[in-house]
Amino acid sequence: MSAGGEHAIDVRGVTKRFGSKTVVNGIDLQVRPGEIYGFLGPNGSGKTTFIRMLCGLLTPDGGSGTCLGHDILREQKRIKLQVGYMTQKFSFYEDLSIRENLDFIARVYDIADRASAVEASLEGLGLRDRSGQLAGELSGGWKQRLALAACLIHRPRLLLLDEPTAGVDPKARRSFWDEIHRLSAQGITVLVTTHYMDEAERCHRIACLAYGNMLVKGTVQEVIDSAGLTTWSVGGPGLAGLADRLRTSPGVEQVVAFGNTLHVSGHDAGVLEATLRRACGPALSLANIRPGLEDVFIGMMDNARDNYS
Amino acid sequence: MRRFDLHRLWAIVMKEFIQMRRDRVTFGMMIGIPLMQLTLFGFAINSDPKHLPTALRLADNGPFERTLVAEMQNSTYFDVVRVTDSEAEVHRLLQLGEVQFVVNIPVDFTRRVLRGERPSVLVEADATDPAATGPAISAVQALAFKAIDRDLTGPLARLRGAPGPVNFVVHAHYNPENITQYNIVPGLMGVVLTMTMVVITALAITRERERGTMENLLSTPLRPSEVIVGKIIPYIAVGYIQVSLILLAAKGLFGVPMVGSVGLIYATGLLFIAANLAVGITFSTLAKNQLQAVQMAFFFFLPSLLLSGFMFPFRGMPGWAQVLGSCLPLTHFLRIVRGVLLKGNGALDVLPEVWPIALFVAVAMTVAVKRYRQTLD
Ligand SMILES: Nc1ncnc2c1ncn2[C@@H]1O[C@H](COP(=O)(O)OP(=O)(O)O)[C@@H](O)[C@H]1O
Ligand SMILES: [Mg+2]
Repeated sequence: MSAGGEHAIDVRGVTKRFGSKTVVNGIDLQVRPGEIYGFLGPNGSGKTTFIRMLCGLLTPDGGSGTCLGHDILREQKRIKLQVGYMTQKFSFYEDLSIRENLDFIARVYDIADRASAVEASLEGLGLRDRSGQLAGELSGGWKQRLALAACLIHRPRLLLLDEPTAGVDPKARRSFWDEIHRLSAQGITVLVTTHYMDEAERCHRIACLAYGNMLVKGTVQEVIDSAGLTTWSVGGPGLAGLADRLRTSPGVEQVVAFGNTLHVSGHDAGVLEATLRRACGPALSLANIRPGLEDVFIGMMDNARDNYS
Repeated sequence: MRRFDLHRLWAIVMKEFIQMRRDRVTFGMMIGIPLMQLTLFGFAINSDPKHLPTALRLADNGPFERTLVAEMQNSTYFDVVRVTDSEAEVHRLLQLGEVQFVVNIPVDFTRRVLRGERPSVLVEADATDPAATGPAISAVQALAFKAIDRDLTGPLARLRGAPGPVNFVVHAHYNPENITQYNIVPGLMGVVLTMTMVVITALAITRERERGTMENLLSTPLRPSEVIVGKIIPYIAVGYIQVSLILLAAKGLFGVPMVGSVGLIYATGLLFIAANLAVGITFSTLAKNQLQAVQMAFFFFLPSLLLSGFMFPFRGMPGWAQVLGSCLPLTHFLRIVRGVLLKGNGALDVLPEVWPIALFVAVAMTVAVKRYRQTLD
């Protein structure tokens, strides 16, 4: 119970191997109560595996720690009672209606006033009109709302959300994130994985994973700063040809087209600037800009591939 | 943290009931399979096989012979298709399957009846379809006694009654076993339950795993025992519907005698249904996908069908097969059902067959709960 008061999640050295493959490699993570913590990492980097270990679905091969003050190795049953886990793939019953799914979960958690809890949950997420509809007939956005409602019905203290907004339209994504912030304000801790940079920027803190390794953690600004990346914006005519030439030039690590501009990034600021000054004629405009999280993230993943794979 | 929570159990039961109701195809099959089996087996268990082609080999030409022939021609059991005195010919007919019976009436039949010598009438039967020949063989005997008795009037009346004026020798060709029709319908109850109950629960957990809903179940506080018992209970109801259907058909359609207590059938049926559901659940915890689960169910069903005494008489099997058969719940349930329905066995009589099923349930449930993985490892 040591860190239970300070951290909602406090784990060290968490490791998972499948056969000879280390899928999660000695990860440390501390998440404060009420914090929204984002997990970024390409497919297969071990995000889902890590989350499953937190809620007792997988047994870690190494490491220790607590989740909501309970030992992750020995007190999985207690953890399960207070965690809402939204799986990456929709895992409610498609042949049950929305109400029946919620009612099932409410029974499973043996909620005191089940009927009103289900009603409140339908009400809160605006699902009341569709409560009789089969879950399998819902669109991605509605499925996601249902899953979130079901995860919340037993009033968990920690939400584990695994790619909750994959395949959901922007408006639904935005209202989903508004809801996440409301929950956070109520003191619920949220650990969420995502591939969307705009979502990462809505987290209090983020962590980047690659090949099971923790690359960096901190606020978005800290992550960007720690990357030491320099980015220039190039505007003007003939950008397509320029982009091809720049890709093979010294100091250039990333060239990304954004509408009428190119974003060119590299870690060695001096070499990069020299290259750009040489390559860009007077017709082109050059500006040093703040690198985006995406530039930083992709740069990090390219390095990680060289280091770990 | 209570160990076994009735609310959580009930959550699973309710969910399974709703899902069963929505899955029309599966539910239809649960009802359809017993009906189909009954209809199919209905041919074999027709308690009144009619118009069986028969050849007569006559060597006597006395009045009693004529009485017997007339009686057989009048009976609906037999169609006399050939009357001859050639032994070779009747045997060829029998071999080709053109007749099912040959009735051989010996030389001097009438005279020897009158002398009270009880002459032998050889009835040769093609018993490859014993369900059809069995009743007909008894019919021919009854019919002959009746016909000849009627003619034994006046001073001949002393020849009447047991042991009867004629000695019938039945020679069943090709299949000396006579499985009677009443064995089959009660047996069918156990067979249908084995077939459907094992498959349905074999799919129960693999389906959750394949659809990804298992991950959700595992992240809740549900215990293995709650999930397993919760998944079994709704199908006990389905099993009872099947038992009722078969009992109704046995009585209404096939006139199977029901000497014993139907309540006892339901009581022991509960245990038998639970045994099959528990096997299914066990398979379901072992199988990697639904196809594997169905295959396992099939591999359980086949020996049940063959070694339980449903298809072949249990006592006729070699020792090792009897040992294997004794491990299967169907073997014991067949004895219970036949014992209760046909012989009027009571609860105490069937007890020796009840405890092996109970033991089986206990073992299967233990394996299932132990094998149910609480993690995704
Ligand atoms: N049950 C398992 N058995 C074997 N390998 C697995 C299993 N689950 C995940 N993996 C492997 O572990 C790696 C990480 O997977 P995952 O945690 O799902 O990554 P992410 O969620 O970040 O996409 C992948 O290479 C995946 O193939
Ligand atoms: Mg994943």
